[in-house]
Amino acid sequence: MEMNENAILQFVNLDISFRTNAGVVHAIRGVNLDLQKGETVAIVGESGSGKSVTVKAAVGLLDGNATVNSGQILYRYKGDDGTEKVVDLLAMDKRELRRTINGSRIAMVFQDPMTSLDPTMTIGKQIMEGILLHKKGDKAQAHARALELLQLVGITDAEKRMKNYPHQLSGGMRQRVVIAIALASDPDILICDEPTTALDVTIQARILELIKDVQRRLGLSVIYITHDLGVVAKVADYVNVMYAGKIIEVGNVNEIFYDPKHPYTWGLLAAMPDLETDDDRLASIPGSPPNLLHEPVGDAFAARNAYAMAIDEKIDPPMFKVSDTHYAATWLLHPNAPKVEMPDELKTRIARSRKEAEAYL
Amino acid sequence: MSEPLLKVRDLTQHFRVSRTFTVKAVNGVSFDIYPGETYGLVGESGSGKTTIGRSIIRLYNPTSGSVLFEGKEIAGKLDRSTEKMLREDMQMIFQDPMSSLNPRKKVGDIIGEGLDIHHRFASSKERDDAVAAMLDKVGLSQAHAERYPHQFSGGQRQRVGIARALIMNPKLIIADECISALDVSIQAQVVNLMKDIQDSTGCAYLFIAHDLSMVKYISDRIGVLHLGYMVETGTTEEIFANPVHPYTKSLLSAVPLPNPEVEKRRVSVPYDRVAEGVDYAKGTEHLLEGTHSVLATDEELARWTA
Repeated sequence: MEMNENAILQFVNLDISFRTNAGVVHAIRGVNLDLQKGETVAIVGESGSGKSVTVKAAVGLLDGNATVNSGQILYRYKGDDGTEKVVDLLAMDKRELRRTINGSRIAMVFQDPMTSLDPTMTIGKQIMEGILLHKKGDKAQAHARALELLQLVGITDAEKRMKNYPHQLSGGMRQRVVIAIALASDPDILICDEPTTALDVTIQARILELIKDVQRRLGLSVIYITHDLGVVAKVADYVNVMYAGKIIEVGNVNEIFYDPKHPYTWGLLAAMPDLETDDDRLASIPGSPPNLLHEPVGDAFAARNAYAMAIDEKIDPPMFKVSDTHYAATWLLHPNAPKVEMPDELKTRIARSRKEAEAYL
Repeated sequence: MSEPLLKVRDLTQHFRVSRTFTVKAVNGVSFDIYPGETYGLVGESGSGKTTIGRSIIRLYNPTSGSVLFEGKEIAGKLDRSTEKMLREDMQMIFQDPMSSLNPRKKVGDIIGEGLDIHHRFASSKERDDAVAAMLDKVGLSQAHAERYPHQFSGGQRQRVGIARALIMNPKLIIADECISALDVSIQAQVVNLMKDIQDSTGCAYLFIAHDLSMVKYISDRIGVLHLGYMVETGTTEEIFANPVHPYTKSLLSAVPLPNPEVEKRRVSVPYDRVAEGVDYAKGTEHLLEGTHSVLATDEELARWTA
């Protein structure tokens, strides 16, 4: 199997649709995504853009009505015998996936810490559960490991907390426990699906800093799913902007925030006021995302795009290369396209951000 | 400045859970809202910001304190005319646009319900016209009046919620986390709509949210709540340029900014009330400048401003 040399996880041309009562929803329309070892990749997009579905495919958590039409999810790991292996997660038997990959090599942190913990089990037991299941030690070892993990995620008084039930902890504490569970069996990859959306800003900041710290210490690769660009700026090395089941712009975090190319990315950035914004109106993207029950013709974003050209209604734009790491799917980057600059408000905002950044250095 | 539209003084709201345990959700909060302005309430969950909104509009009965709305006391027992005035002139937009709209009613009837109850029309044509005009105003089409809430997207549903609040021509709208459940691009649309409506009708907003950058953008003045106490209040500029209370500072430092070079290096400032030894009940309100005031004891204030 072909795989990029440094990638640990690689999505190749992933295409997924869902059968619903109303018809077939083509939710993922050819996603390509690389995750390199030790890096953090963020997937940003509105609800319904397919960001969660993409990663759920990697851990075999797709709903029963989903069909994978084509594509591969390649995963590279060191097997128990020490040799390097590459597998296609989509081609694997579900049981096999559960036994060897899920939880032990690729772990996931979900959005709502209340619903992802079992209310009838003490948190100590829940952390030990994974360790025992994946046979990474006996009960005493698991207990010691659970204690260690609770300390790692910044829970004080770990010994006492082991005997607590989820409802006895605050939201931030619960999310820490969920992270501890995810880390319990030394995964290579941590997938965080909106890990802080249900939390307050002050607690969000602490959890994000915690994940970053843990990542640095354990050398994890992290996939972050979020709709909050502020969170992306804080955690990500690379950013994938997703719209209507496609990645429409990808680049490293500075390229996306300081030199975005796709009109949708412009819209997203301009729609979020920073603490300096004092314009009379926020720039907003008109309309709402397309319904993927009906296969979009041409560029799915064309209807909401102020810069749309005739070709956008007919042919879906390919990824145009901006730099070695920066690609965007918009016809505006075609050599024959008229020269279009990003909106002025965004330009002044970016100039201001850059100045702030310099002041920080 | 003119007379405040809403004058809240020492508002207290306690909930008795059992004989031995009472939740003290709001403890002696005071603030004013002037006609046509936007007052933002921020704080973490459990700080009492939603409770304040619901106490003011009398979804709860305040434990003590006074709330003057257009010069009339609305915190105690309401007589019939005051209640009518309150129900007409103060409206609320709720957080979750799905659960706050009756799924069995058509959108036109949801929006027109206030008109029906208060008999604010001479003929049914007048009512339907008013509903249609309101739909136009919030950016929906008139044909949408015949549809049910589930047929709309989240952003459209929130527009219905706004239309329902606006149709009574209220002087004060309490917007309780009304954009938190929406996507970023839709949030901007709704916020713009709220601003346009304020410009054309001159209504005031009590904007309750936890997203500080949005609160800063929309509000003229801000109140920061923590554990049921108003720890700091002032104009938006005063609070953001010169935050004094450590909780406000911690809150400001935690807002993630869309600026990677800065954000990667910034570390949030933690705030631990107990470790700092701050007892809100002992603090008194200190006026610093203009309308900027902070809840602190003399000794704490000296320490924070030093």
